[in-house]
Amino acid sequence: MSDAAVITDIPLVRTFPVRPFRHTGAVLLVGPLVLFMVVFYALPVLAMLARSVTEPSLSLANFTRLAHDSVFLHVFGTTLRTAVAVTVGTLLLGYPVALAMSRMRPNAAKLVLVIVLLPFWTSILVRSYAWMVLLGRHGLINEALLAAGVLDTPLRLLNTPIAVHVAMIHIMLPYMILPLSSVLRQIDAALPRAAASLGATQWGVFRQVVLPLSMPGVVAGTLLVFVLSLGFYITPALVGGPRDLMLSQLIAQQVDLLNWSYAACLSATLLAATLLLLALCQMVPGVRGAFRLGVR
Amino acid sequence: MDGTQAALPSAAQLPGRGAKISLVDLEKRFEGVGAVRGISLEIGSGEFLTLLGPSGSGKTTTLMMIAGFETPTDGDIAIDGHSVIGLPPHKRNIGMVFQNYALFPHLTVAENIGFPLKQRGVDRATRTRMVADSLAMVRLPGYEARYPRQLSGGQQQRVALARAIVFQPRLLLMDEPLGALDKQLRESLQLEMRRLHADLGITFVYVTHDQEEALTMSDRIAVVNEGRIAQLGRPEELYDRPSSRFVASFIGESNFLSGVVRGMEEGLVVADCSGTTVHALAAEPLLIGTEVTLTTRPERMRFADTAFPLTGRQNRVRATVTEAMFAGERCRYLLRGEDGAAIVLKEPSGAGTRRRAVGEATEIAWSVADTVVV
Repeated sequence: MSDAAVITDIPLVRTFPVRPFRHTGAVLLVGPLVLFMVVFYALPVLAMLARSVTEPSLSLANFTRLAHDSVFLHVFGTTLRTAVAVTVGTLLLGYPVALAMSRMRPNAAKLVLVIVLLPFWTSILVRSYAWMVLLGRHGLINEALLAAGVLDTPLRLLNTPIAVHVAMIHIMLPYMILPLSSVLRQIDAALPRAAASLGATQWGVFRQVVLPLSMPGVVAGTLLVFVLSLGFYITPALVGGPRDLMLSQLIAQQVDLLNWSYAACLSATLLAATLLLLALCQMVPGVRGAFRLGVR
Repeated sequence: MDGTQAALPSAAQLPGRGAKISLVDLEKRFEGVGAVRGISLEIGSGEFLTLLGPSGSGKTTTLMMIAGFETPTDGDIAIDGHSVIGLPPHKRNIGMVFQNYALFPHLTVAENIGFPLKQRGVDRATRTRMVADSLAMVRLPGYEARYPRQLSGGQQQRVALARAIVFQPRLLLMDEPLGALDKQLRESLQLEMRRLHADLGITFVYVTHDQEEALTMSDRIAVVNEGRIAQLGRPEELYDRPSSRFVASFIGESNFLSGVVRGMEEGLVVADCSGTTVHALAAEPLLIGTEVTLTTRPERMRFADTAFPLTGRQNRVRATVTEAMFAGERCRYLLRGEDGAAIVLKEPSGAGTRRRAVGEATEIAWSVADTVVV
C-alpha cells in the first residue's frame, strides 16, 4: 500500500520539490524487475563465468588452453562462418521485402507484415522439425526431385551446413525485416521524388538516397541476426551434421559431461565475442549517428 | 561556362531562358474520383504563374503531373512544344522545390546542391564552383559543409532552392515552398523569389493556397477550384474583376449584394437591391428581371460623409454599424444594410477619420467602377 500512497501524494505536495518523490516512484516501479534479474540472472551468470577462472584453481589457464584447443577453434570457426552466412542471407532476402513493404499501401504492408511475423508464432522447435521433414533423405524435396526425374539418387541435404544455413535464415528473417522496414518506412516520401526530379535514375535514387538513409536499419538488423546466430542452439542441433557443431552445442555437451569450467570458459568466450562485436560496431563512423537518426 | 554547357544541352539550344508549357484538357482521376477535371493552360517562357486554390482543389496534382510524379488520366502536357507524357521525372530536367524542403539529411549542403550536377556527370571542380555560385545566389555563401539539420527552416528552403536551380533548368516548380515558415520569413523569401525569377529568367510554376502570396509574386494566377480553372488572369484582374463568387471570396474579402436587373444603362447593369438602385460593371448585357449577385471590396467602400470623397459615379446604401474593430493600419466595420445584408467596410485609420460607434445609422458609398456582377 505504501507505493500507492506515494504516487497519489504527488499532486498534493506540488508546492514542495516534486523530484525526490518522482525518483522514489520510478525506483519502486522498476525495482521488482531489477531484483528479479539480479537474483535469477545476473548472479548465476556471474557465478558461472567466475568458474572459468576459479576452477580448478584461480588462473587464466582455461583460456590459454582454449587458444590451442583444436576442437574449440574448429567449432568457433564454424559458428562465426554460420553467423556470417545467415546474416548475409537474411540481409539479401530481407531487404527487398522490407523495401517493397515501405512502398505498399498501408493495408497491403500490414498483410505482408503478418506473413513475415507468422513464423514467430510457431515454436523454433516445430519449425526446425519442419525443415527436417523437408530436407530429409526421404523428405519432400528429395521425393519431389526424384519423382520429377531430376535426380536418380536422393541428395544429402539434412545434417549439412547448407541445411543449417537455410533453416536459420528462415528463422532469422523477421529479425532482419522488422528493423529494416521500420527505418525504410520513416524515410520521407518526398526524398526519392526530390532525387528523381534532380535527375537521378531509379537505381541512382536507391543507391544515393534510400540505401544510405536505411543504414540504421541495416546495422540494427545485421547486429541482431548476427548476435542471435552466434548463440543459436536448437536448429543446428536438429538439422546440422555432427561435424558442424556450433559453440552453443559444444557448451551444452560440456555441461552434460559436468565439465563446468570448460563450459563456463566457452560461455565467457561467446559473451566476449558478442560484446567485442557490439563495441566494434559503435566505432564504425556513422553507425552511432545512424542509431540516433533511426529514433529521430 | 566551359564543360558545363555540354552536360546541360537543353538550356543553350532553345529560344528564351524559360520553358513554354501547354496543358491541354488535363485530367487526373484517382480510383474514379476526379482530382483534376480538364485543365487547359498556356504558360509563357519566363512567366511566373501561380496555381492558387484551396486544399484538394487539384493544384498540387497538376504540379505533380508536370513534374512527372503523377500520370494524367487524360490530356497532354507539352514542354517547349514536346509532349512529356511517358517521360520519367528524371529525364524532364525540371527544378522542383518541395513543401518540406526534401533536403537529403545524410548529405551536406554542398552535396545536396551538387546532387543534380553529379547525376549529370559534371566533374568535381566544376561542381564545387557551381555549388558556390548558387549558394551565393540564394545568399548563403560559405554554408557548404553544414548538414540540413544544422540550418533553420528559412535556410533549408534557400538550399532547396539553390539545389533546384543549380543545373539550370528551364522550368522551376514549387509546391507551397513557404508553407512551413513564419509570416516575416515568408515575406522576405517572397521578395527573394521574385528577384531570383527576374535574375534567372526561367519559367516558375508556383502552387499555393495563400492568396496574398499569389497576388504579391505572380505574373498571372490560375485560380483552381474542384479540379478546374475558375479564373485566369493578372493579380489586378482577379482582384478587381472576379468572374465568380468563388474567386471573389477566395481572393481577398468581398461584399455580396443580391439584386434584380432593372435594365442596362451606358454599358452598366442597373440593379435593384432591396429598394436601392445600384450600378455595376458586367461582362455581358443581362436581361431585365435576372437575379444577380454584385460584389465589391470592403476597402473600396467609404462612409458617404467622409472627408475623402470618391470621384466618378457612385453607389450608395444606408446601413447601421453593428461592430467596429481597430486593426492598426485600418478600422474594420461590420454594418447591416436596410435589407439585413451584412456589409464589411475597411477604412484607413488616421487623425482625419472619425471612429463610428456601434448602432450609428450611416450611409456608405463606393464607385460604380468597383462594383462587379459575379
